[in-house]
Amino acid sequence: MVKLFMKRGYLFGIFLFLYAPIIVLALYSFNNSHSRGVWDGFTLKWYIQMFQDRQILTSLYYSLVIGTIASLVATVIGTMAAFGIDNMKSLPQGTVMNLTYLPVLNPDIVTGIAFMLLYIFLHLQLGFMTLLLSHVTFNIPYVILSVLPRIKQLDRSMYEAALDLGATPALAFRKVILPEIMPGVLTGLLLSFTLSLDDFVISFFTTGSGVSNLSITIYSMARRGINPKINALSTLMFVSVLTLLIIVNIMMARQKAVKSKEA
Amino acid sequence: MKKVLGILFVLAISISALLLGGCGAPKKELNVYNWGDYIDESVLRDFEKKYQIKVNYDTFTTNEDMYVKIKAGGSHYDVLVPSDYMIKRMIDEGMLEKLDFAKIPNYRYIGAAFKNLGYDPRNEYSIPYMWGTVGILYNKTMVTGQPDSWKILWDKKYAKQILMLDSQRDSIGITLKMLGYSLNSKDPAELEQAKKALIEQKPLVLAYVVDEVKDKMISGEAALAVVWSGDAVYCQRENNDLGYFIPKEGSNLWFDALVIPKGSQHKKEAELFLNYLCETGIAYRNADYIGYASPHTGAVKKLPRDLTSDRSFYPLPEDLKNSEVFVDLGSRMKDFDRIWTEVKSQ
Repeated sequence: MVKLFMKRGYLFGIFLFLYAPIIVLALYSFNNSHSRGVWDGFTLKWYIQMFQDRQILTSLYYSLVIGTIASLVATVIGTMAAFGIDNMKSLPQGTVMNLTYLPVLNPDIVTGIAFMLLYIFLHLQLGFMTLLLSHVTFNIPYVILSVLPRIKQLDRSMYEAALDLGATPALAFRKVILPEIMPGVLTGLLLSFTLSLDDFVISFFTTGSGVSNLSITIYSMARRGINPKINALSTLMFVSVLTLLIIVNIMMARQKAVKSKEA
Repeated sequence: MKKVLGILFVLAISISALLLGGCGAPKKELNVYNWGDYIDESVLRDFEKKYQIKVNYDTFTTNEDMYVKIKAGGSHYDVLVPSDYMIKRMIDEGMLEKLDFAKIPNYRYIGAAFKNLGYDPRNEYSIPYMWGTVGILYNKTMVTGQPDSWKILWDKKYAKQILMLDSQRDSIGITLKMLGYSLNSKDPAELEQAKKALIEQKPLVLAYVVDEVKDKMISGEAALAVVWSGDAVYCQRENNDLGYFIPKEGSNLWFDALVIPKGSQHKKEAELFLNYLCETGIAYRNADYIGYASPHTGAVKKLPRDLTSDRSFYPLPEDLKNSEVFVDLGSRMKDFDRIWTEVKSQ
């Protein structure tokens, strides 16, 4: 009894610690006062103002567009790379894996400045394209690292069996291999999407006039005080992600139920 | 799952096609790079409507961040808003375009006190946008008497009730002022004294803060804080118990000004924009929104009298005779770095 209570209490403590900041932020998005120090009644005005602030909306738009395109492209490239790496002999494989880890371990600021210098060296105008290229690049290692373990677990004989049963390699890949590694691919996709939304340092150095993502905009607002509009936006983003997660979970649960019935 | 992926992919492709398609139109544009939350947004919309010029508006956090971006090239901005010492540095490095004041007639509204300043002595490159001071914000219910000196920040009576700025240049600067030196001092002995004073003050300090200072002062968590004048205006609007003063030893006087960087591809539009910002009605809206002091004579007239007659926020020249503008310290900045690290790590 006591043990169970301790277990639950411990878990509750962890979740409280994880979610307390988000709850506070959501609460203050309804605060009538501009300041975080005082509670001055309930209001929705920050939500209204947020939807009227073109700078915030433009940044949100760029964050989502860059996040979506960069994570998709990185996932495709990263997954193909993972297959390539898996097929290598052990010595080159080790080398390539270390090269993959390097960008992950490298401090963002070094990566950011390096990107900027490269683009200027190549006479690329900083802007949407350079921002996108950088995001694709820093996302690829994360995709490789989340797909590769799945490929390693793959049962080779399944693929060969599919070929024996008359499938073309492409069909066998689509019907047999891809579903098997899908969890890894999805993890890579979601991970790169969030990393891309999150990134400030690399984005700051690689973007140019007219293109700012949310992290750059929010960070630069901080000098004059975080505007409560940002709280409203963050709350909305959190709620959307939460809803998305719940929907995905319900769908998966249903699929599982259907499958177990069929079986 | 695959369907979802497919839809996402189609979405991504169509969005990127839209984006690329939008580039072709030869519409007039203007790229502005300003501090975050440092303009009344509706002013930008009105400018776009009036002149049919699209404004791409980006924001930065520190002068140094902005400088790095401009110096490296590759980004094409037409209007920047650096502070005094950074303008000087950019002029010295040939990074700024000379302004054609014949095209900016509204420049005449800028007060005479804001022309020919040290960072742009011949008034060729910049138009002041906002200005202010650094001073002490105090809670009248917690502080006895009428403070007038930086020394109050070293008063043991207020132990653990003092908020210092977590900004090396400002904090070391005011300490130098307190000791009676220039805040641009390069003298190692004077700097050493400032370091000692800061270390001595450390047990009295509640926290080293930047932005949080406003919330803490409004909610009455501390008695004294070093703040920029615009933040003081904001805090006073939220809490009537707060007072602000510029210490008698003098302080830092700063300016943020509009400039056009070399290589701007929309110089004509940029000058139109600068002229627009100097219109009385527009300058008033910005000053009212931002809260810092405006160098625009017309805007000052339109602002509430009780604000513009307050010598803490619109100080008279005699209030500023001991105050100084930052100069670029070049390589000596390293000493400030070192001192601040030593103070913070004590």
